[in-house]
Amino acid sequence: MSHVEADEAREGIGAGIEDRKAKVSPRRQMLKEFWYYFSENKGAVVGLYVFIAIILIAIFAPVLAPYDATAQNRGALLVPPVWADNGSWAYILGTDAVGRDMLSRLIYGARYSLTIGLVVVTLAVTVGISVGLIAGYVRGWVDIVIMRLMDIILAFPSLLLALVLVAVLGPGLLNAMIAIALVLQPHFVRLTRASVMAEKQREYVTAARVVGASPLRLMVVTILPNCLGPLIVQATLSFSSAILDAAALGFLGLGAQPPTPEWGTMLADAQEFVLRAWWVVTFPGLAILITVLAINLVGDGLRDALDPKMKRS
Amino acid sequence: MLRFILSRIGVLVPTFVGVAIVAFAFIRLLPGDPIILMSGERGISEERYAQLQAMLGYDRPLPVQFWDYLTGLLQGDFGNSIVTNRPVLEEFMTLFPATIELSLVAITLAVLIGIPAGILAAIKRGSWFDQVTMGAALTGYSMPIFWWGLLLIIFFSGYLQWTPVSGRMSLMFYFDQPTGFMLIDSLLSGQEGAFKSAVSHLILPGVVLATIPLAVIARQTRSAMLEVLGEDYVRTARAKGLSAFRVVSVHALRNALIPVVTTIGLQIGVLMAGAILTETIFSWPGIGKWMVDSVYRRDYPVVQGGLILIALVVMIVNLIVDVLYGLINPRVRTR
Repeated sequence: MSHVEADEAREGIGAGIEDRKAKVSPRRQMLKEFWYYFSENKGAVVGLYVFIAIILIAIFAPVLAPYDATAQNRGALLVPPVWADNGSWAYILGTDAVGRDMLSRLIYGARYSLTIGLVVVTLAVTVGISVGLIAGYVRGWVDIVIMRLMDIILAFPSLLLALVLVAVLGPGLLNAMIAIALVLQPHFVRLTRASVMAEKQREYVTAARVVGASPLRLMVVTILPNCLGPLIVQATLSFSSAILDAAALGFLGLGAQPPTPEWGTMLADAQEFVLRAWWVVTFPGLAILITVLAINLVGDGLRDALDPKMKRS
Repeated sequence: MLRFILSRIGVLVPTFVGVAIVAFAFIRLLPGDPIILMSGERGISEERYAQLQAMLGYDRPLPVQFWDYLTGLLQGDFGNSIVTNRPVLEEFMTLFPATIELSLVAITLAVLIGIPAGILAAIKRGSWFDQVTMGAALTGYSMPIFWWGLLLIIFFSGYLQWTPVSGRMSLMFYFDQPTGFMLIDSLLSGQEGAFKSAVSHLILPGVVLATIPLAVIARQTRSAMLEVLGEDYVRTARAKGLSAFRVVSVHALRNALIPVVTTIGLQIGVLMAGAILTETIFSWPGIGKWMVDSVYRRDYPVVQGGLILIALVVMIVNLIVDVLYGLINPRVRTR
């Protein structure tokens, strides 16, 4: 989407104006072109459909779930799924150790995972892009201090840093999301800074400055839209890492706390039944895998569609 | 070359000080008194509180505390564990070989399978092999490895009963561990079956830890290879009439591997993060499990020291990778 404007800039400002007027709507044209490249990648389209399905499941969880996610049934402990021996249609995917319906918990779990992804990415993107814009635009000692700080964060293995942060802040879903956002944002800072530094040299930026645009306008309105491609791809990948890391923290007992039906937390509870009740272990992990895989497929497709270098090959 | 190495070390020093500040700040500056936090729900007597405060030096001004901590670090003093009272560095050194052994097995698996798979997928671009391999790689990349570990335990340890569920060695064996690497020590011990036991304990955690690096390396190799195969010099080599094998193995592979080496180096952070989960699932007595246990026990000197030591390991490995990268790719050095 960015390369149309970038091409225009390369040819000199305003060179494409005649063309643009002729078209119905350049935005629509861009969207069409984007979809053309995105849909070339069949996996990405499948991933997108699965992801939309998961969003719908999350939204309509109260309608879809047969039981309350935390309701316990003492009469139905560790009931196997319907197709196994002793399975029952009352609990299609079986029940856990305190008689909660697996299917209902998985359905409600989708809400948590998507919320985690959304909150973490929003936090990491806003902070990361703002800091990166400043570093790349201002340069000098501000840039040096910011980049050193990012190097320090990146020196720690991300999960380890998140683990310790959550341990200090106190276990819980909110703290886990803050910790994960903090360890993910250096990637956005680096990416934004690099693209800003590259774009800043272009003529269209100089032209905007000569016309009298303020630094804030130059940063946000002129430069940022042309750096969006790689950032969107990174945001997609961060969405899936956030879900994985939050599940890992939940699994270690430091993320969402029981009885929250978060998938990683469900796995932590299920760990002791590994050799006795395979279904309490298998399904939550499968849910994580399918969600993350769908998002990564979309991410691959976005990269193909948004990265001009990939397009030519 | 020397200047290149020195400049890299020059960047490392401030980063290390920063890492120490971050680790220090986590424990000391965040809300809550660390001693109260450490004592947990049971509470703490006033005498014990004063004693701990004096022992940990928390009664002095913060900058003094940090300076002492930093000078201590440079002399190899990372403080003592509150739980075991042993020096943090000593505990780290005892457990580190277990993590190195596991990580080496994992990265070896990842490289030995990932690079050939990536090359083949690139050569046979669009074939079913390419599609299956890349599908598997993306699945591996998306895998919650703690769940993957549990699945393998269910199947191989539970259903087939092929491998043990946890630990590094069967309790039947006991021998000295001069190297700390179970594979080597079990061979040196000369006891029958010891090596086999070491391998059977290592195989599942190794596979689990290898999963994500393997997926990343395979994907990276494929895309690097595809890029190189499109270059003019490869076409020239083909036009000269060289065999397809020679073009791929001599001309293309060498240049394609340059970015792959960086990718392999970057996996060290992934391995360390993965070790936390893998070691916890398989009760593997390495530094990943040690960190998680210390977090549970609120053993803050260990958490603080361990954080710095692990970051230091990652930084040193990245430095080595940078230098290696400079060696194989002269263009980097002059920049």
